Amino acid sequence: MNSLIRRKLVENAYRLKLSHKGFCTGAAAKVSSSNGAQPSNDHVGQQKSSNKSEPHDIAIVGGGMVGMALACSLARMPMTKHLKVAIIDSNPALSNGLSIKKEDPPDARVSTVTPATISLFKDIGAWKYVEQHRHAYFDQMQVWDYTGLGYTRYDARDVHKEYLGCVVENKVLHSSLLSCMQDTDFQKTIYPSRLSSMALNPGILSMGMNSTSSGLNERGNLAKLDLSDGNSLYAKLVVGADGSKSRVRELAGFKTTGWKYSQNAIICTVEHHAENRCAWQRFLPTGPIALLPIGDNFSNIVWTMNPEEATDRKSMVEDDFVKAVNSALDYGFGPHPKSSNFGSGGIFSWFKTDTTICANECFKVPPKVMKLASERMVFPLSLMHANNYVSKHVVLIGDAAHTVHPLAGQGVNLGFGDAFSLSRIISEGIAVGTDISEVNLLKKYEAERKTANVTMMAILDGFQRAYSVDFGPLNVLRAAAFHGAQYIPPLKRSIISYASGDQRLPIFS
Amino acid sequence: MAMTWKLLKQLRPPPYTATASTSLHRPRFLNFQNATRLFSDQPPLPPPSGEPPPIPPPQNSHSPSPSSLNQAELAKFAAIAGTWWDSEGPFKPLHAMNPTRLAFIRSTLCRHFRRDPLSARPFEGLKFIDVGCGGGILSEPLARMGASVTGVDAVEKNIKIARLHADLDPVTSSIEYHCTTAEKLVDEQRSFDAVFALEVIEHVANPAEFCKSLSALTVPDGATVISTINRSMRAYATAIIAAEYLLHWLPKGTHQWSSFLTPEELVLILERASISVQEMAGFAYNPLTGRWSISDDVSVNFIAYGTKTETATL
Ligand SMILES: Cc1cc2nc3c(=O)[nH]c(=O)nc-3n(C[C@H](O)[C@H](O)[C@H](O)COP(=O)(O)OP(=O)(O)OC[C@H]3O[C@@H](n4cnc5c(N)ncnc54)[C@H](O)[C@@H]3O)c2cc1C
Ligand SMILES: C[S@@+](CC[C@H](N)C(=O)[O-])C[C@H]1O[C@@H](n2cnc3c(N)ncnc32)[C@H](O)[C@@H]1O
Repeated sequence: MNSLIRRKLVENAYRLKLSHKGFCTGAAAKVSSSNGAQPSNDHVGQQKSSNKSEPHDIAIVGGGMVGMALACSLARMPMTKHLKVAIIDSNPALSNGLSIKKEDPPDARVSTVTPATISLFKDIGAWKYVEQHRHAYFDQMQVWDYTGLGYTRYDARDVHKEYLGCVVENKVLHSSLLSCMQDTDFQKTIYPSRLSSMALNPGILSMGMNSTSSGLNERGNLAKLDLSDGNSLYAKLVVGADGSKSRVRELAGFKTTGWKYSQNAIICTVEHHAENRCAWQRFLPTGPIALLPIGDNFSNIVWTMNPEEATDRKSMVEDDFVKAVNSALDYGFGPHPKSSNFGSGGIFSWFKTDTTICANECFKVPPKVMKLASERMVFPLSLMHANNYVSKHVVLIGDAAHTVHPLAGQGVNLGFGDAFSLSRIISEGIAVGTDISEVNLLKKYEAERKTANVTMMAILDGFQRAYSVDFGPLNVLRAAAFHGAQYIPPLKRSIISYASGDQRLPIFS
Repeated sequence: MAMTWKLLKQLRPPPYTATASTSLHRPRFLNFQNATRLFSDQPPLPPPSGEPPPIPPPQNSHSPSPSSLNQAELAKFAAIAGTWWDSEGPFKPLHAMNPTRLAFIRSTLCRHFRRDPLSARPFEGLKFIDVGCGGGILSEPLARMGASVTGVDAVEKNIKIARLHADLDPVTSSIEYHCTTAEKLVDEQRSFDAVFALEVIEHVANPAEFCKSLSALTVPDGATVISTINRSMRAYATAIIAAEYLLHWLPKGTHQWSSFLTPEELVLILERASISVQEMAGFAYNPLTGRWSISDDVSVNFIAYGTKTETATL
């Protein structure tokens, strides 16, 4: 039948591209109360109540790095930039617009952001602010082992990339996102307070008509949030971005799975004589130590060990600590590995190795640490994962949904992945007129992110278990693993790709 | 690695693993099964009790607007009206299909009305009517996309549910719902920029007359969107479909298949009603993800968008 006109439809023909045009600059955030902690703020009551009575589309509880990434991303997308968003956080940086200076001393809390995160930051226009502050791209990574049996070096060129990642202080990431959001005319209200309780009114019709129709009011489809300063607000969707001890998660009744390792990590920033351009990680009998470049002559240290040792190392005098660090990164516990150990026969002769090792893949000794540049922080290693991320009106992102230990510096990348995925799915939902609090829509986000997050957590858990204990035979296996990773390019490539955030792990393919 | 396993178990359990190979061998069949199970989860059909009294399908060609009502069909919808917004209930397939069909509507009508496809409310200022709106599964998203929506359905209960649900959200509370039919609105000389009848035509008494009413409701150069199940699916009818769909759903003896249209037939009757079909697409169901997507395979469920070519002469 030739009268049938059938055109091939490309789904999503209307690609939801970010529009970069016409942002109003300088539109400051509405702050619902200038000093939220004070109970007597009647003078701002007028303005406050007008904000309050107007329900919000989205209430983001927690304006940390991940909550702010969500807000920025929503502010930048054409389908979502009109949304009325509330951000609830008592951190004064949010309302005051914390100003950080490039020459401020480095913070102990840093994140290794992956190329995938960087490109998302570029999309929303936040990366240019990061670049105005201290940050360090690294294109090399060396991982080795105290036994001297194995090492591997990763190079960005192996995966045809310019860099493997970039290390940025958390305060830089946070303030960049804040500046980025301030660039838009996004209708946001900042509540400088904390969430104390929450009432979720499930739509009375969602489970059929058996429930009475009397409870129906115009707030029937909204969540009510009560804040610690006595304010309350209504929103269609509540996003829990309130970190590992999430109140939203607790109030919404999401269960979690988690465990602690009997290990702690010491985190601090140190100074070298010259700039470091490589990320280093050495496995010691007590756990791994990592040295990450953070720009200028600074590096960040994440050193895992048992809790007693951690307490000792935190309190020992600075000189002794620096000595201990240098020893742990050099000859302490065992010899440097030699590439010639393998390759020719021995127990690893079954590896069909491609023995063209280029010069820069030879083992190197990390740069010496001169002195401490920040306080030493100690915290326990643990993993926590929420069994569900969504229910009607509620969704969890970032550490509220999953907490990983900082071994791989992946914590916040997973959170950024959540934030961008959620904003994209909300945007796609709005494009087709979906109610943004609809569970079916939110489930898409959950399905997408659970796979990514659980995969990464399983890998970290596996790493943790394989590398934290000193079993003789395991060392051999570990050496073999390095050896394999060093000489089998496809495997190595996929490890790098995965760690840099642009690939699903092959175990699911 | 017990913890690793614990973690991995938190991934969605793959419900289809056991049968994955079979389903891959018979994708068509699954498509069909799922497509036809649009309402299969309904409780056993209550005998069409005297209320409302079944009137014989009207064939009154003398009337200017013959009734499109098929009482047996309407009784089925009235029986399960309470479940419209239960996304896991009998109307689950409509809920699941909704984003996909709205993506088709968005892309075709943004072009038709020259609206900005990046706008969150591209249909602002346009008058739409959703004929056979049921509980408002389509009407509400259309309202969120900016249109002024009127929803009509022949079943009073549906309209009540639709009203209650729309009132939950200020954006959708502006939808006008009426218990009426397309032909009555034609008599009232109502007209709309776009007319929708999704998954309705297979339930009406006279599809050709029904299309004429839809056309009469469309302003010149307006748009009409219709979706339905393809009759050619009959070719795939198996024991399961016969049991779950034909026997269960439709009272025996109804010549139901004949009111299912093929895409060619739909194009033809729309053309006779002065609607020229511009685009047509199929919906493909992926049993592994439980999601629908737009495809060019119109053999199961299909959706057509047409433009009103001239003032229909009824
Ligand atoms: C000491 C330490 C060191 C770390 N080092 C690294 C590292 O080197 N690399 C890495 O990738 N990751 C690291 N992490 C993890 C990383 O910091 C987190 O993954 C990341 O901060 C998560 O961001 P978030 O926005 O989800 O949560 P957070 O950063 O925890 O932000 C939560 C926000 O919610 C607010 N909030 C909390 N409760 C409420 C409430 N009831 N009402 C309103 N607001 C509330 C808080 O004020 C805060 O601003 C480290 C974590 C810790 C604790
Ligand atoms: C399968 S439902 C589709 C609902 C809605 N259009 C959707 O796709 O979500 C079919 C609806 O059409 C209604 N209906 C059937 N025949 C009708 C007619 N002749 N006039 C108006 N509505 C009718 C039924 O009551 C039922 O609500």
